[in-house]
Amino acid sequence: MAGTNGRNGRNGADSRIEVRKTYKLYIGGAFPRSESGRSYLVSTADGAPLANAVRSSRKDVRDAVRAAHGAFPGWSGKTAMNRGQVLYRVAELMEGRRDQFVSEVAAAEGLREARATEVVDRAIDRWVWYAGWADKITQILGSANPVAAPYFNFTIPEPTGIVGIVAPETSSLLGLVSRLAPPIVAGNTVVLLTSETRPLPAITLTEVLATSDVPGGVVNVLTGRKKELVPVLAAHEDVDGLDVWGVPDDLRVEVEQLAADDIKRLSRRPRGTADARFDWLDDRAAERPEWIAAFLEMKTVWHPIGV
Amino acid sequence: MPSMPERTETSVVVSPEQRPNSWGFGDGQAIPWEYAPAPEARDIVTLKERYGLFIGGRSVPAAGGATFTSIDPSTERPLADVAKASDVDVDKAVRAARRAQRRSWGQLSGRERAKYLFRISRILQERAREFAVLESMDSGKPIKESRDVDVPLAANHFWYYAGWADKLDYAFPGRVAKPLGVAAQIIPWNFPLLMLAWKIAPALAAGNTVILKPASTTPLSALLFADVCVQADLPPGTVNIVTGPGEIGMHLATHADVDKVAFTGSTEIGKKIGRGVAGSDKALTLELGGKAANIVFDDAPLDQAVEGIVNGIYFNQGEVCCAGSRLLVQESIAETLIDKLKDRLSTIRVGDPLDKNTDVGAINSKAQLEKITELVASGVAEGAELYQPACDLPERGYFFRPTLFTNVAQSHRIAREEIFGPVLSVLTFRTPDEAVEKANNTRYGLSAGVWTDKGSRILEMVSRMQAGVVWANTFNKFDPTSPFGGYKESGFGREGGMHGLHAYVRLEDR
Repeated sequence: MAGTNGRNGRNGADSRIEVRKTYKLYIGGAFPRSESGRSYLVSTADGAPLANAVRSSRKDVRDAVRAAHGAFPGWSGKTAMNRGQVLYRVAELMEGRRDQFVSEVAAAEGLREARATEVVDRAIDRWVWYAGWADKITQILGSANPVAAPYFNFTIPEPTGIVGIVAPETSSLLGLVSRLAPPIVAGNTVVLLTSETRPLPAITLTEVLATSDVPGGVVNVLTGRKKELVPVLAAHEDVDGLDVWGVPDDLRVEVEQLAADDIKRLSRRPRGTADARFDWLDDRAAERPEWIAAFLEMKTVWHPIGV
Repeated sequence: MPSMPERTETSVVVSPEQRPNSWGFGDGQAIPWEYAPAPEARDIVTLKERYGLFIGGRSVPAAGGATFTSIDPSTERPLADVAKASDVDVDKAVRAARRAQRRSWGQLSGRERAKYLFRISRILQERAREFAVLESMDSGKPIKESRDVDVPLAANHFWYYAGWADKLDYAFPGRVAKPLGVAAQIIPWNFPLLMLAWKIAPALAAGNTVILKPASTTPLSALLFADVCVQADLPPGTVNIVTGPGEIGMHLATHADVDKVAFTGSTEIGKKIGRGVAGSDKALTLELGGKAANIVFDDAPLDQAVEGIVNGIYFNQGEVCCAGSRLLVQESIAETLIDKLKDRLSTIRVGDPLDKNTDVGAINSKAQLEKITELVASGVAEGAELYQPACDLPERGYFFRPTLFTNVAQSHRIAREEIFGPVLSVLTFRTPDEAVEKANNTRYGLSAGVWTDKGSRILEMVSRMQAGVVWANTFNKFDPTSPFGGYKESGFGREGGMHGLHAYVRLEDR
């Protein structure tokens, strides 16, 4: 990344050469490169080169799904309150890296610093908002059902399982957090494909996830070409649900057809919403318990009374 | 039509040493007493010679005038000719539904919609016997069930959702619930009127209008329901009913002016519908197949469990998506339980659906009977042990003996595929972990059962079984207030309860 350290100027005698970051994948709590050894050049919104991001392969997708699968029993089995605390901890650690996120979002999205700060602050607050839902969503969505016979009958939500997320293309951090938090607060584990053109803030977020208490494998993050990766994710039979928010329009039919082949649950953009124009700063629009419900299964239980 | 040759082949003579120990009901093989016929009168139903489509509040013939015949599966005799819709008719029905959604039904307040739905519920109650008899004639299900289950539950379903129509704000706190618009609804033949109610009641309560496509073997109760809509003065076009082959269902589901698709039926067709609506903005809910495990632990109340198992798999001839078709018995009690089951099977009365004593009626169609017969033959070929009680079957009609397989392996087709017939596969297990693993070892996840006297074990099993409905110490219970629907490839979305409304609304910010 362009040097921001300028104690004595670039070419001064005691100038320091910046240590640059290698942006890697995040699978099963570790930071591997792609098994394919490929990368692609990521640029700022105005076209200046930023860094090489990993161009993941089909095999990376499969590895990520396997990691998510392995993490599911532990994560879904935690108490709701514990999951809430873990997600709140993500907000705590993001707060500590606020400046880093601001400069990365500004570079990726071409925002001025004030705007980028607003976006990052809102992303942190969004974790807090969703964290609080962990131990409340069951009471909002569950029910005791007054059946017309002597049975005790109740309905409770349970996580769907492994959720694939195709993150928003435009909003590299706030949009991504807004789509990532709901399925994991519900107890699902996730394989997330970042924005193809703006992947770097997501990778920095994985460094936060790795050092917070989110167990390895709960969130797995891949960067690369959507055209190459989304169909693989959509066709994978161990993926139970798919968030198609960031699927490019020309891939949407194919991807949703693949998802239909094993009855995946889909979460789509609201009707008539364009990814690029969605206002992620609008809390009323971007904080929705329905998005948690999208990857919850309702389980109804009957038991006789009196016999 | 000639009677099925397979029938004699599947009737198995059980040798004396294979017979269960009787506890007094007839040596496991024949009921030692005769039942006098107790037929329900059919004259309460006045069948028309020909039924039209119900579009825009009127009965209309199909565009080309084509018809097909609905038959009574218990006699193989024709009941009535029914209009065979084509794509043109479907388009017309969608236009009628759109118009009503814009101009009449969609403009009504929730309070007014509620009163219409209460009316419909009341009329169904008033005409309950007529519906029950017609349903049994057209579908083959026992009158005992259509009278005591299908029709009252259908009426109750309208009643329940009637009360929601003016209370939607309370169902979705912090949100405003808007109707989706025009709903395409495709239902199966196993519970024709009840599935109609499950589809239409929540859709109308939320302010949508509908086009319903009943199954091609059971169109008559839906067409009688059209008469109820007329009696209730429902605004024309609010409910439209198109009858015909499966292809028009696909045309309906993928129609450009449909906002919502709700399908109940096989997983195979569900996937096709999912592919059909891919990339569109249509909302979709699917209620698909099942292969439920019914788990019996060694401390279960065995006699209650036997009743529950029988109800679980022989209710409605086993033509139930949530049927308890895989019995998982703890090894230590397997022998005793199987003996009791065989004995209980000998008292099941198979025959005339209109007879009030009948427990198992006619299989819905020749095609379904062939499918059941083929799968049962595969069970025998793959090495499972077949048991069928020696009961007499009527000369004509599509009947199949209650069937039980023991020594079933998980790899057998009868343990994996949905049979949709009165066929139970018995497997055993030793530990709760093994029971959970076997129960979940299926692509389906609609329902499950668990039988044990230990409360903490029930709750443990409930939380570990991947199924949308879990019956503990009971089975096959339904209620309008109780959400129903699947995990995994058994579909998504719920019908019944507050959750059932969600499938028919768009939530907006307040």
